[in-house]
Amino acid sequence: MTTIFERRRSPDSGLSRRELLKRGTVGAVLVIAGNAVISPDRAWGVETTALKPDTMATLIKLARDIYPHDKVPDRFYAIAVKGQDTKAGQDPAHRELIEVGVADLDARAGEGGYRGLGWEDDRVAILREVESTPFFQAVRGDLVVSFYNQKELWPHFGYEGESFSKGGYLKRGFDDIEWL
Amino acid sequence: MAAPYNLNDDSVVVIIGSGAGGGTLGNELAQKGIDVVILEAGARIEYEDFINDEWDSFAQLAWLDHRTTGGGWRVSKDFPNLPAWIVKAVGGTTTHWAGASLRIQEHEFKALSNYGKVEGANLLDWPITLAELEPYYSKAEDKMGVTRTHGIEGLPGNNNFKVFKAGADKLGYKECHTGRMAINSADRDDRMSCQQTGFCFQGCKWGAKWSTLYTEIPKGEATGRLEVRPNSHVVKIEHDASGKVTNVVYADKDGKLQSQKARIICVAGNSIESPRLLLNSASAKFPDGLANSSGQVGKNYMRHTTGSVYAVFEKPVHFYRGTTMAGIIQDEAGHDPSRGFVGGYEMETLALGVPFMAAFLDPGGWGRSFASAMDGYANTAGLWIVGEDMPQEQNAVKLHATLKDQYGMPIPDVWFTDHPNDVAMRNHAYKQGQALYEAVGATRAFPTPPYPSTHNLGTNRMSEKAQDGVVNKWGQTHDIKNLFVSDGSQFTTGAAENPTLTIVSLAIRQADYIADQMNAGSI
Ligand SMILES: Cc1cc2nc3c(=O)[nH]c(=O)nc-3n(C[C@H](O)[C@H](O)[C@H](O)COP(=O)(O)OP(=O)(O)OC[C@H]3O[C@@H](n4cnc5c(N)ncnc54)[C@H](O)[C@@H]3O)c2cc1C
Ligand code: SF4
Repeated sequence: MTTIFERRRSPDSGLSRRELLKRGTVGAVLVIAGNAVISPDRAWGVETTALKPDTMATLIKLARDIYPHDKVPDRFYAIAVKGQDTKAGQDPAHRELIEVGVADLDARAGEGGYRGLGWEDDRVAILREVESTPFFQAVRGDLVVSFYNQKELWPHFGYEGESFSKGGYLKRGFDDIEWL
Repeated sequence: MAAPYNLNDDSVVVIIGSGAGGGTLGNELAQKGIDVVILEAGARIEYEDFINDEWDSFAQLAWLDHRTTGGGWRVSKDFPNLPAWIVKAVGGTTTHWAGASLRIQEHEFKALSNYGKVEGANLLDWPITLAELEPYYSKAEDKMGVTRTHGIEGLPGNNNFKVFKAGADKLGYKECHTGRMAINSADRDDRMSCQQTGFCFQGCKWGAKWSTLYTEIPKGEATGRLEVRPNSHVVKIEHDASGKVTNVVYADKDGKLQSQKARIICVAGNSIESPRLLLNSASAKFPDGLANSSGQVGKNYMRHTTGSVYAVFEKPVHFYRGTTMAGIIQDEAGHDPSRGFVGGYEMETLALGVPFMAAFLDPGGWGRSFASAMDGYANTAGLWIVGEDMPQEQNAVKLHATLKDQYGMPIPDVWFTDHPNDVAMRNHAYKQGQALYEAVGATRAFPTPPYPSTHNLGTNRMSEKAQDGVVNKWGQTHDIKNLFVSDGSQFTTGAAENPTLTIVSLAIRQADYIADQMNAGSI
């Protein structure tokens, strides 16, 4: 099982600010600690069981590059790709597909790897090269459901979801458009 | 009460499938005092249990048995195992459908005569006319409670409709309204009125939208002459030495094979499963499959020329609120070859939720262009194009050469390529749809490709002559007197209209014919 956890701020939890600074990873960068990827503000983390945590961190970045919604926090991308770790745990061939695919992204990016490329355009240029590979297809094909099917994310899009329990929209604005 | 029939009872009419065609036929026959067994592959899920969630509902209702697809259409690349979006459940695809209920136009019944020969197309005239079908259309509209017929009021327009209508006015379209919908605009037939929930495609939890699940089927059962057997997947139809069909072999809920005898067998499994079943029932006497002396079983697969146009505006639309499809423009539905194609198309309002929008807006799409389109969701309006596509022999439901299903039967392999006429029509419709939204201030428009087929037609087509098709004007197979086809696979041509009203009308008419023939002792 892959778990996403909310980090409790106990003194012994993970890395100190100083350590983070030492690693040069402060800022909007994901931190790798043990078998987990931790958000820079340490509010949440994702533990991996089959994939390398580094791979998971790259998947999170990759997910954002595939569906870039700037106002959506990383957590939603982490939730969306955690299934890749679960699947990798059940199927060695899938683990291979993902590990090799991510290693390939890093190799194409050169020194510093995929996550080290500062501009989205540079990363996307690499993705355009690999978009027909089984690796990219597997990640994107899963992501289009695992990302957009998160109910907690729907308010970002202005979608209200289930409506039966609220009596539908008959009295809740089905025809409230005013600007026409 | 629902009557259980014995497996050896050879006096019953067996219907395969409980959707628009099968469910209606079952009730109509039962009302006439004829004993009917409907075998339905899917489970019985009552409307209270439907789910207001696109993927969860899809998992609950959709037909997900293994299928493959090929040909030039984009669906075969984007959805290689989902050529069609149809249902496996009691009620069939009338659980998912949107309710748009239109009559086929007079000239469309005579497509070959009116359009002339179209190269590469296998056009044919229907062996029936609009005049012959009119009384049945009227009965069907009454039964289904179609708005704007029988004095039933239209539905109120939702936000998506209002944008659509404003655009239609700007373009000078005259025939634009909230549609002829099999959705109650007021309480009727013991069903309540539409609450504008916006989940018509996920099954109407209020029962406001007509579905055989909670209209035809319980009405038939109440006669004591209809048994619906869910989780009963028919794998083969068998016949005797004279060539008359005698029984069906089906897998029951435990996957055990059973045989149900029958006096008459009616196939209504939708246009992929119906021809597949006939082909899978090949025997020494009928080596090419049942009712296939013409070689047309599975051929001429049609799915309407479809596509969508979505558009983003400066201000919110909230198009997902309210009925999914209650809005239509019919001005382009006529036959006007000066547009560069034969036949016509309808434009109908359409809304998807975020999950389906992501899956269908631009399948395979990603990056900023895609994500920013999704960011415009709340300000999006949308319409669906549904037009007449050309029947082509090579567009076909075939048996897969190697892959088999859980019962050892070859799975269906669905082949489709657009005809140039289809492409010309779709491009015209894309242009009109975009112009419509731009006329009301759209900042960006998306000509969206066809989804997996929701309208599946033509694979057991109706023809005057036995050599041209599979069934006669009553849906009775040309080759076997007591074997009928009772679903959309009978369609000779697709016409521009959503098909279900015609499927239901044909089923009512077929019930009259079957009853007459039984009385006369000829079947
Ligand atoms: C999302 C969506 C929206 C739609 N909106 C509209 C609309 O607005 N207007 C319109 O006119 N049409 C619409 N349609 C299309 C409409 O639903 C179909 O045209 C109609 O239901 C087809 O009727 P049918 O009897 O041919 O098949 P179905 O209704 O699909 O019924 C076939 C039944 O047969 C069963 N079956 C298949 N094979 C077997 C077997 N071997 N053994 C036992 N049972 C079997 C299936 O499980 C199914 O229940 C829509 C469809 C979808 C998916
Ligand atoms: S919008 Fe109306 S018809 Fe559609 S699901 Fe809701 S109540 Fe039913």
